[in-house]
Amino acid sequence: MEETDQLLILRTCLIAGKIMMESGSEVYRVEDTIKRIAKNAGIEDIEAYVTATGVIIGSPTIKSSQIVQVTDQSINLEKVAAVNRGSRLFAEGEITLHELYLLLKKAENETPDFPFWWKLIASGFVSATLMIILDGVWFDFIQTFFIGMIGYGIRSIIKEKLHLNFLNDFLAAFVMGAAAILMVRAGMARDINHIIIGAVMPLVPGLAITNSFRDIFTGHLVSGMARGIEALFIAGSIGGGIAVAFNLFF
Amino acid sequence: MTILINMLFSFISTVTFSVLTNIPRRAFIASGITGMVGWMTFWFCKNSGISLGFANFLGAFMIGMMSIFFSRKMRMPVTIFNIPSLVPLVPGGPAYMALRQMIQGNVTSGLDNLIIVLITSGAIAIGFMITGLVETILRTLRQNIVRPRQ
Repeated sequence: MEETDQLLILRTCLIAGKIMMESGSEVYRVEDTIKRIAKNAGIEDIEAYVTATGVIIGSPTIKSSQIVQVTDQSINLEKVAAVNRGSRLFAEGEITLHELYLLLKKAENETPDFPFWWKLIASGFVSATLMIILDGVWFDFIQTFFIGMIGYGIRSIIKEKLHLNFLNDFLAAFVMGAAAILMVRAGMARDINHIIIGAVMPLVPGLAITNSFRDIFTGHLVSGMARGIEALFIAGSIGGGIAVAFNLFF
Repeated sequence: MTILINMLFSFISTVTFSVLTNIPRRAFIASGITGMVGWMTFWFCKNSGISLGFANFLGAFMIGMMSIFFSRKMRMPVTIFNIPSLVPLVPGGPAYMALRQMIQGNVTSGLDNLIIVLITSGAIAIGFMITGLVETILRTLRQNIVRPRQ
């Protein structure tokens, strides 16, 4: 095997790992994918060390190892599915290594994301429907819809423009709490508790919770703990925001 | 009527949360059904007098099993169906009540609610642990028996 081929294999594995970790995959799947690609490409003794903040791969036979830092956490499960599909096609021999590399590059840059206003409307629906099935009253449906939408919008915009990680949840929760309290005071809504419970639902760190469980159960304790702490801190930020709103306005 | 509203709204909330986590579009319906089954299991158990922890466990278990089923059928990662479906079960209500009571100075009743949060999330974790076990068993079976090593 020539040196350029070996480098291409390592680079393909590394890109696959980076895309999957950034988009919110669990560690087990990343290691599995990296090893599957490497073995099918001809490197038998690949070693992969994957954590929530970085991916290291190496191989003793070709005396080379590479590292990539995982910084930008953006939830996009479609990318995970795309990489998964690519590695399956490669394993079945339907595409070559070079085609897989191009496919991964394409998945990294061109995977469709939903437009921002779709996400806004979706977050409104999450808030309003969950408010109802968690025993809220129908009178508050529209109000919860808009409060949830505003909260999610604030959180996304702060995250995108200022790159603040937990403060965005704090501020979003604060605004939602304040809006709910003021609306009830003005007589425009009835049940503060259920409005707030429903409205914060789009902020729930569902991905961090699920992945933390799955990582710990498969023995990847480092990433599992990291994600568990992330989920706890997000929950704490939301709680803090609500608490401040209550202290100021209630 | 309440049953219909619960089914419809748990479906809608799961699908719309799927938009937020950006899952592939062709998995929307499957993920919505997973969320609906999970929530309805929890809801029926809770209303028939089963304890909150066990109801959450059964809900999480059903979510895990449905996710495995759909991930096999559509050849996609399990987490695509897991993550949005979990959201209705998250103990947001008790967590909020714990916070509210603590703010008002009722520490004891706040702690009561905090314990409910702990029990609920523990139950969901155990449900996921068991479905994870099922997943591992299925994978080992497929690797060693259906497709034996050369």
